[in-house]
Amino acid sequence: MPDLQTYFRTEHMPTIWCAGCGHGIVLGAVLRAIDRLGLDKDRVAIVSGIGCASRAPGYLDFNTLHTTHGRALAFATGLKMARPELKVVAVVGDGDLAAIGGNHFIHAARRNIDIATVCFNNEIYGMTSGQYSPMTPTTKLATTAPYGNLERNFDLCELAKAAGATFVARGAAYYARTLSGLIEQAIKHKGFSLVEAVSQCPTYYGRRNKLGAGADMLEWQRTHAVTAEKATGLSREEMADRFIIGKLYEAEAPEYGEEYGKLIERLKGGR
Amino acid sequence: MSAEQSRVQLMQGNEACVEGALTAGCRFYAGYPITPSTEIAELMSERLPRLGGKFIQMEDEIGSMAAVIGASLGGLKAMTATSGPGFSLKQENIGFAALTEVPCVIVDVQRVGPSSGQPTSPAQGDVMQARWGTHGDHPAVVLCPWSVRETFDLTVRAFNLAEALRTPVILISDEVVAHMREKVVLPEPSELKVVDRPRPTVPPAAYKPYGPAPGDEGRDDYVPPMADFGSGYRYHVTGLFHGEDGFPTGDGEKSAALLRRINAKVEHRRADIVQVEREALDDAEVVVVAYGSTARSALRAVRDARAQGIKAGLLRLITLWPFADEAVREVAGRAKVLIVPEMNLGQMSREVERAAHGAARVVPVSRVDNELFTPDEILARIREEA
Repeated sequence: MPDLQTYFRTEHMPTIWCAGCGHGIVLGAVLRAIDRLGLDKDRVAIVSGIGCASRAPGYLDFNTLHTTHGRALAFATGLKMARPELKVVAVVGDGDLAAIGGNHFIHAARRNIDIATVCFNNEIYGMTSGQYSPMTPTTKLATTAPYGNLERNFDLCELAKAAGATFVARGAAYYARTLSGLIEQAIKHKGFSLVEAVSQCPTYYGRRNKLGAGADMLEWQRTHAVTAEKATGLSREEMADRFIIGKLYEAEAPEYGEEYGKLIERLKGGR
Repeated sequence: MSAEQSRVQLMQGNEACVEGALTAGCRFYAGYPITPSTEIAELMSERLPRLGGKFIQMEDEIGSMAAVIGASLGGLKAMTATSGPGFSLKQENIGFAALTEVPCVIVDVQRVGPSSGQPTSPAQGDVMQARWGTHGDHPAVVLCPWSVRETFDLTVRAFNLAEALRTPVILISDEVVAHMREKVVLPEPSELKVVDRPRPTVPPAAYKPYGPAPGDEGRDDYVPPMADFGSGYRYHVTGLFHGEDGFPTGDGEKSAALLRRINAKVEHRRADIVQVEREALDDAEVVVVAYGSTARSALRAVRDARAQGIKAGLLRLITLWPFADEAVREVAGRAKVLIVPEMNLGQMSREVERAAHGAARVVPVSRVDNELFTPDEILARIREEA
């Protein structure tokens, strides 16, 4: 068992997260991944936007940057370009990444810049107490969807893949060990990677939608997450409220920062 | 051809801005295309990689500002350039840079607004936005060139002030100054002072990212030393109000101390920051107060007025913010009237009126028809008021 205490700024804890929230489990999975990779704390930067998940960096003993809503990946892009030797991990929520930060998300993926993005997906805006996000499933209740959500939700992983991300995976808080392995691969991967971590918000999503407490929502994850192999044997109806976990896509493509480095070298040679 | 002659160049304002930035040590640029600032991005994309620097065209204006702040935290001197609509979009992150004290330079080449306005016509309608564009009380350092050569000089100065004060600095140009070509001789790099941000000298364990440097304890206007991300000083940066340790705090006293300090660090140094140029002011009864390209016409008008025996003078504002209260007050104490021509509906004239405090009459003169003031127009107002 790794001693995760060494990665926390324990004097700033407890966290702001509610009892039963899945974010602590997801954060633990991030830290276990970093620990297994044996990364030097000075060489890791954790960048976040605004929201519940985005408060994570404040508890972590790395170079940490808590930015403006939706902009984590744009800040991270500048930082990574200035300091290519840093491992940059973006820790963001679903509203942060898929709504207000959607543009930065698809373009960071398109550039294939070496940033590992972990999206803590609790399917709701928790920090502002329960408005629907682009990840809230259709018909679910939110404070701004009192009659049920009319909108369709994103498949964040398909979006990342279509935009050019070269590593895409989905995990869930319940399957924390699998999730941590996926995050480890994402950080190790050279290029833009996304891990969607299905988390739970019992306070502002579970309660309103009568999904029970944190443990009940974890149980839901246990019974509704399927592997890609298993999913192929299930009908469309059977897959309707299930979700696929595991590595979904991996490809090799030129990484933006490395290409820029090559350009600088080429110009030095006068070509 | 002499050495001096060989250094003569025909250059555009936007090009001079790039030369100034590179001379000041800028090694990162993030931007988004927008008229009339685009030449800055184009030239940066060509020049920066040749110097080992980095250029990126971001997906939008907001992302450009964010990337600039990220790169600056990584230790590079960084800038962006834009115009009115893009300047509006950048405001939230400019506030982030002000509160988190991340040095950076933002160039706003003003065009006619609001909204898309007139993209290729000059205006001076952003001067209040440059002061108050982002929400909350925040410091503002805004420099305004009137020529190609001064665009170079003030860009260098913008970086120096940003680094010295750890704050965003805005260079506010306009379509005329940006696109005009003039003969310039740029200074040799050795003739210029280049300032780097204060970096910590204490060991990482003793580092407080928002605490005073040794010797600055007890000051309420200090500039805290800034460590580069990845340099061994692991610390937290947040746009929430934070204590000296950089972590969020709900403590009212700590919040107030932070807000007051980031404003005081600029306000208390205003004597060093505020620059004006005085022309024929000693016995002037009618004084034109002007800035940017408008001041070019104003200078000609003042000279013409003098030739006609009118005691006219020019006070040119080089630093727009902090406002040149002292210089305006001094001039108002001796003059009869202050004429303030602006390519807007009188934004700075109200500041002039506030600083003059009744000592002289203030006459705003507006032009918002996409055209520059002509010297004759300003001369006519001088003659009316004389």
